[in-house]
Amino acid sequence: MAECAIELEKCSYTYDGQVRALRNVSCTIEAGSWVALVGQNGSGKSTLAKLCNGLLRPQEGRVRINGADIRDRPVGSVAREVGYLFQNPDHQIFAPTVREEIAFGLRNLGFPGEEREQRLRSTLEAFDLTAYADRPPAVLGFGLRRQVTVASLFACGSPILILDEATQGLDWQRSQGLLDRLQERQDVGHTILFITHDMRLVAERANRVMVLHQGELLAEGPVRKILSRPHLLARASVSPPPVTHLSQLLRPWGMKGDSLTVEDFYLEYVALLAEREGV
Amino acid sequence: MAPFVVLDDVHVSYPSPGPGLEAPRILRGVSLSVAEGECLALLGPTGAGKSTLCLCLNGLIPHLVDGTFRGGVHIAGHSTREWTPGELSQTVGLVFQDAESQFVSMTVEDEVAFGLESLGLPPDEIEGRLAEALEVMEVGGLRSRSPLELSGGQKQRVALAAVMAMRPRVLVLDEPTTNLDPVGKAALLRAVSRLRVAWGTTIVWVTQDVDWVPHLADRVAVLWEGQIALEGGLREVFDQGALLRRMGLRVPQVRELAARFGSTGLGGYAWLGVDEAAEALRGRLGG
Repeated sequence: MAECAIELEKCSYTYDGQVRALRNVSCTIEAGSWVALVGQNGSGKSTLAKLCNGLLRPQEGRVRINGADIRDRPVGSVAREVGYLFQNPDHQIFAPTVREEIAFGLRNLGFPGEEREQRLRSTLEAFDLTAYADRPPAVLGFGLRRQVTVASLFACGSPILILDEATQGLDWQRSQGLLDRLQERQDVGHTILFITHDMRLVAERANRVMVLHQGELLAEGPVRKILSRPHLLARASVSPPPVTHLSQLLRPWGMKGDSLTVEDFYLEYVALLAEREGV
Repeated sequence: MAPFVVLDDVHVSYPSPGPGLEAPRILRGVSLSVAEGECLALLGPTGAGKSTLCLCLNGLIPHLVDGTFRGGVHIAGHSTREWTPGELSQTVGLVFQDAESQFVSMTVEDEVAFGLESLGLPPDEIEGRLAEALEVMEVGGLRSRSPLELSGGQKQRVALAAVMAMRPRVLVLDEPTTNLDPVGKAALLRAVSRLRVAWGTTIVWVTQDVDWVPHLADRVAVLWEGQIALEGGLREVFDQGALLRRMGLRVPQVRELAARFGSTGLGGYAWLGVDEAAEALRGRLGG
């Protein structure tokens, strides 16, 4: 059985003793998987993410990272294992230059001088940020500011990455660039928990989906299985991507109703057509 | 119909960000027109200049934002240079991606009434417009709530109600659905459709959500590197899938599927919506 990177056991969280954000959520995320976390605005997605990196502590329940309870560990220590990308880059950026912004996390995690410099240089290069290294992040456009926060996250090399709406506000090409880099991390065994409203992205990239609704875990499973259940998704105010919806509309005519991508749909439809026409 | 919003060879540069750094040239000769009552979707990659174009429409450029401005922007036949931003705000309403940055009041009711009070309208007219805007935007039940404690979708609809209560003839939406879940998106677009019917508002809608564009837009323009690279009807523009991808953009997913069928000679489809695609594909399966 694969190792468990993140485990939540009966976790509940209430803000200010009033707003109940999570109720009794239990889930496990296997090491090396890419899990999409979906649900309506206010369903508890960001709260769940912040429990996983210790920014919030559950009032009830336990959080285990790589098998160890993080209850008594400071956030800085958890950050070595769990990297977190905020939804809004401006909530994360505060250093006066791009170089210092990326160096901050490295310094915080205690990387020694030489390794820090080496990681900083290779990250600036890998993210095409060398030309901007001495500029204040605040004068960069949104896409580049997002790039700086992702670069800071990647520089630290944490084996579990949690990203809250990382592609929001990015155009398709920039989104794909970011997702490709995440894919590279998954290919070397890192774990990705990705919060998003973009169901096309979920269908194309994730292995599994968790659906949150009003602070409770409504469903969890392989992407194809979860996206093929329109009624379940509708309860959580989530809709499948257009081609999945289309394949569901064609169920009475033989489509399985679980196409995830254009190619997926096309191949199934053409095979069905050939069968019908006896070709 | 006569053009109601006209941009004529608009150039905008911002001041240099620092010593020795070049002043960013954001718009490089944008010419575009929108007819009265029309909804134009404005697409473009991150950094193409879409938000700058929005600021030109409501006069914040050139009146309040530093930088250089050349060319002309005309709304209902008047140059934005002739009007102050205050005057323009009664004709052109702007809703940002981040609704919260727009809020100034402690309750939804005060937020929507704020602009109306600044126009010096009589109390009964303020109440009438307030009630109507809240109803059209489906936020009537939130009157006494703080705008800051609402959900993302509710915040956007309150921001829109505040703008619509001013009865602008042009509405500029700068990525209003970016932070919203699908239900919030659908409710916002429903509300925008209703106000088009009620008031015939002209709309410029900046968005990355291409799958939602056919729900509202009559035409599409694509801004790329500070210029209009493509402009036309939805089918015409989305027919340029390869070109759009080179610009870092994608087309509605069912349009991608239509292109996939076209690539193997299985059909010359140009679907924009799921229902349209379902009808055609069902037919071939004998349904």
